[in-house]
Amino acid sequence: MRATDDIWILGISMTKFGKHPYLDTVDLAAEATLGALRDGGVSMADVGVIAAGCLMGAGLGIGQALQKQVGQTGVPVYNVANACATGATAIRTVVMALKAGEADIGLAVGVEKLAGAGLLAGASRKNDSSTWTPHGRYGAVAPVDGRIGTETMPGVFAQIGMEYGHRYGGTSFELFARISQKNHAHSTLNPLAAYTKEMSLEQIMNDVMIAYPNTRPMCSANCDGAAAAVLVTGERLASLSDDQRRRAVRISASVLTTDPWEPGCQVLPDVNTLTRNAARQAYETAGVGPEDLDLVELHDCFATAELVHYDNLMLCPEGGAVDFFESGAPFRDGSMPVNVSGGLESKGHPIAATGIANVWEVATHLRGEAGDRQIDGARVGLAHVIGLGSACGVHILERAG
Amino acid sequence: MTQSAAPTRVPLVDYLRLEPSPHLVAHECTNCGARFFDRRNACAACEGTDFVEAAVASEGTLRTFTIVSFAAPGIPVPFVAGVIDCDGTHVRGNIIGVPPDADHVHTGMRLRLATTSLGPDAEGTEAIGFGFTPIAESNDATDQTTEES
Repeated sequence: MRATDDIWILGISMTKFGKHPYLDTVDLAAEATLGALRDGGVSMADVGVIAAGCLMGAGLGIGQALQKQVGQTGVPVYNVANACATGATAIRTVVMALKAGEADIGLAVGVEKLAGAGLLAGASRKNDSSTWTPHGRYGAVAPVDGRIGTETMPGVFAQIGMEYGHRYGGTSFELFARISQKNHAHSTLNPLAAYTKEMSLEQIMNDVMIAYPNTRPMCSANCDGAAAAVLVTGERLASLSDDQRRRAVRISASVLTTDPWEPGCQVLPDVNTLTRNAARQAYETAGVGPEDLDLVELHDCFATAELVHYDNLMLCPEGGAVDFFESGAPFRDGSMPVNVSGGLESKGHPIAATGIANVWEVATHLRGEAGDRQIDGARVGLAHVIGLGSACGVHILERAG
Repeated sequence: MTQSAAPTRVPLVDYLRLEPSPHLVAHECTNCGARFFDRRNACAACEGTDFVEAAVASEGTLRTFTIVSFAAPGIPVPFVAGVIDCDGTHVRGNIIGVPPDADHVHTGMRLRLATTSLGPDAEGTEAIGFGFTPIAESNDATDQTTEES
């Protein structure tokens, strides 16, 4: 494939993640968008297609609301929603539009305001009704959360990590806590992270238990934030300036998968098969293997999730995730740094922004612009997100030249 | 106005059957054998549209669990939620009849279906739920009805 057939990141930006009490979702989306346009040296007048996501405001039309603040040019807007993979879905949508020749520059943006939101699923259980009357596809006479397992995300992902331990052994409360300790240590170098405090193993293990083995600092942090990316076709990029071409980052693979039928997936989401499928497709498309990656940003919505994705993304042999972690590989000074941004556990997880913010993190290292946390000489990186339901986005990025 | 009939019992979900003895059932695809606890318009595995009711084994092995300490208001915590492999059919349920801590719950433990009472509604109908209780590690583990607390 010729370089001009590829899709590239021309400009990309994320806001500080954290509490933004005086900015609404449109303000945050506008800040990220203007940052990405400035970074890419283009304006809204150059953008031919927009994909935008705000999961908690999915009915709002965030894309059009954004246009009203930064430029109403009349181009098509696709408002997308795909759970925690919403941001990656926005990028994927723009990639498809550019590959199809519908436009040569497009904008993907994701934003969320979640500071102080607490539990996001299973948090609004209805009261029992006065009579036991069957409702829904299970004919349930009362809410089942807490009565037939748990619907909370910390509980669901705790089980996903514990199931890995059941299959392959080697896991423990302490092991999962040490994964979280790594990411909190990484976050100290990321000024855009919501939380940048190092935490000791004791602090993490003795913090509030949410759903064993996930304590509070082992859960992704609800916060506010936005991220945006301006993508360009290789052909259009060739006509841009030397500086724009030098800083452009190649999207070597952009993949979105859903979960194929697996016998157990109706009772516990299977986040493994679709991630493995996405990774396999992405490596094939990009023509690179896991051994070629210089850094990985993966979806550590909980410490228990990070472990299984070492395996799903094939960063280690099948069943070898515990050994991979114990080897020191995923630490920032290891052979395969994972979540040097601090990950969702400390950087934060403003849902629809996450799948663009992790691409920003990788792209910033590939450009050599990551400052104190720069992974030296990074040439190839991978960004992964998963949204329950499920949807998985994997992007492989490569440095220009 | 006066109800003379004895209070009846209803299952928490329609895939729990109370008679002749409590057990779970699944919609089984007649083409490929895939099992579903909810009703399906077509089979997610093979697109077949013909299902039969199949009884799910009432004993199984704990594949995974979590101990939920933080949940929505109204849900008593802590409680143990898990997935039980019942002869190849994965079942979601609470682990009951055992202290909710990691010293007493471990993957691989053998479990048996047990019922719980959600109590009566305004008309005196009792709802019956279910959980799984250890087989070997607790002598008083039976399928007797226990009060939800």
